[in-house]
Amino acid sequence: MNEMKAMFSKKTLIKLVRSNMVPMLFFVICLGGVVASKLSFLYIVNEIVNRLDRNLFLVLSLIIPVVAGMGLNFALVIGAMAGQIGLIAIKVWNIGGISGLFLAMLISVPFALVFGYATGILLNKTKGKEMITSLILGFFAMGLYQLVFLLFIGTIIPIKNPEIVLPGGVGLKNAIDLSLIQYALDNLLSVNIMGIKIPLASFILIGLLCLFTEFILKTKIGQDFRAVGQDMHVAEVAGIDVDRTRLVAITISTLLAAWGQIIFLQNIGTLQTYSSHEQVGMFAVAAILVGGASVTKATISNAIIGTILFHTLFIVSPNAGKNLFGDPQIGEFFRSFVAYGVIALSLALHAIQKNFDTNIKAESAELK
Amino acid sequence: MKNLWQKLVDKYGYPKVFITILLIILLIIAIIQKQSVYGLLKDSLVRIGMNSVLVLAMVPSIVSGTGLNFALSIGIICGLIAGCITIEMNIVGLKGFLTAVLISIPLSVMAGYLYSILLNKVKGDEMTVGTYMGFSVVSLMCIGWLLLPFRNPEMVWAIGGRGLRTTITLANKYDKVLDRLITLPNVDLPIGTFLFFAVCCFFIWLFLRSKTGIAMMAAGSNPRFAQASGINVDKYRTIGTILSMVLGGIGILVYAQSYGFFQLYTGPLMMPFAAISAILIGGATARKASISNVIAGVILFQSLLTISLPVINRMMPEGNLSEVVRIIVSNGVILYALTRVGGNE
Repeated sequence: MNEMKAMFSKKTLIKLVRSNMVPMLFFVICLGGVVASKLSFLYIVNEIVNRLDRNLFLVLSLIIPVVAGMGLNFALVIGAMAGQIGLIAIKVWNIGGISGLFLAMLISVPFALVFGYATGILLNKTKGKEMITSLILGFFAMGLYQLVFLLFIGTIIPIKNPEIVLPGGVGLKNAIDLSLIQYALDNLLSVNIMGIKIPLASFILIGLLCLFTEFILKTKIGQDFRAVGQDMHVAEVAGIDVDRTRLVAITISTLLAAWGQIIFLQNIGTLQTYSSHEQVGMFAVAAILVGGASVTKATISNAIIGTILFHTLFIVSPNAGKNLFGDPQIGEFFRSFVAYGVIALSLALHAIQKNFDTNIKAESAELK
Repeated sequence: MKNLWQKLVDKYGYPKVFITILLIILLIIAIIQKQSVYGLLKDSLVRIGMNSVLVLAMVPSIVSGTGLNFALSIGIICGLIAGCITIEMNIVGLKGFLTAVLISIPLSVMAGYLYSILLNKVKGDEMTVGTYMGFSVVSLMCIGWLLLPFRNPEMVWAIGGRGLRTTITLANKYDKVLDRLITLPNVDLPIGTFLFFAVCCFFIWLFLRSKTGIAMMAAGSNPRFAQASGINVDKYRTIGTILSMVLGGIGILVYAQSYGFFQLYTGPLMMPFAAISAILIGGATARKASISNVIAGVILFQSLLTISLPVINRMMPEGNLSEVVRIIVSNGVILYALTRVGGNE
């Protein structure tokens, strides 16, 4: 009896280790980085809280497409653009504070819905290649975004505000000051615990998103997401409109990304008009993967753990690089390698697993 | 009229027809603007020669069935390492260029072989995995460029004396050695580079007609049938990948001698995308490509980029609109190709 119990616990322990390999590996790397960086603990914790506030909403917006079997949504960039459109609008009308923030969120909704719907249509045409398509789509959209904000502002879209428009009267400036909504959400309800500043309002909003994600996965549409994610053909046979379900999933993700980007920028305080959105998809994807998610499985805890670990690495790597190699650049290169590397690794592992499964299926079919 | 349009599109595919029309419109505008058309065409030819071999590198990878080589940056890095080695050894002129090509080949073969082991395990997902493998190798090499033991003061940072510079000038090394290999009086065209490209094309053409080449194309176009008829599909995919990487390495050296600089660090990051767009514009798909696709594609894409720059800047001096055109066109054709491939089934 006792023997069995011991074996059982050993097995679960091995299982636990195996299923959390990636986060544990990164925990060790982060720990090493924290020690090597010689930064004060309080500083690191403060920075982590700050970056959770900034990024977690964006990372959470990746979960639903993963559940619906569409892989990691690199087209998060497009949602972020919708969010920035909202921010540019409130800047033009000069509405600040928390009301400005919510107005920006409201304005971004129709854009995000249209963009999300269009993304969904394209991804339905490229089933099985969603990730490379969403990545290239992100690049493509960046081109269109530049076209609109460099050429159409001042010519087709009548915006004259010299504070944001380039001196020639056409095109938006590279950097737009958002101090009118900076910390609007973060400072709404903020507490200080032992020198750690915690923006409660932002975290309440993020908490609501977690609840929403949990809730929607339990409803009818959430069941459909899961069914489509497991096997499109079976879902089709079971009477689920696969294309529509996928459209809904990607549209929700795009909308959440728009709001996530608004929360991100209210913390940063400056909109880099042509580059703020560039890395959004990649960093969010890398973060959730570090947290132990895969192309087919992602949970809220993956998102939270991943964001903490990934951004700890961001905080400590320049100092760690400087202390270990005498060059802060090495730390910076290392962290971009980690971001790309973890994505490459997890995409490769997923593909290898998929190939392995199809080979076994083919062999067993031959045996029959 | 409608019939003609349909015929054109059927024969050449949307990307080629649209880009050709765009190019003709741009040329007409250029003439109206009284731009020097001779100058524009000459610049286009230089750019075409510069990028030609990089685009050719897509052919072996597509016909062997591994799809568009989004990880071409790995081959490009091998070429750059070889180039830096020749500068370190102070070999200049045509000899320097050819030495760099010779050094790059074993490096690319090795890298291509290792990469193909991965590719053979991720069949069906080569493009997604390849893109991020390329990105991660480029970012890992960023650390490499800082730490590699190169000592030549012309290459390392002046301050600190460690780590290679982001751009290394090739003036007095092998700047334009191919471009100016053959000079005709009163004609300043990169004839040598075209000749080199033609030789490369000829070898690939010959290879695709050899026994190995035909088996490789069979393995690429219908892997299951090929496997059933006794062709080792994985072996030919490996050969295709290695060949693509080797051409990538040589391609960047051709590019650099014409451009005049090596771009290290994040320089190679997006280079595969330009080559991919070019071959797709030339009428290739993710499954089918030929040397004529390469030639048509590199001519159309590079002339478009070269001619759009002064023409659009004259029309719209503000902003960087020609860059925007580049982003939209190059990613647009890749997206179009992806929708053509369809699902995995």
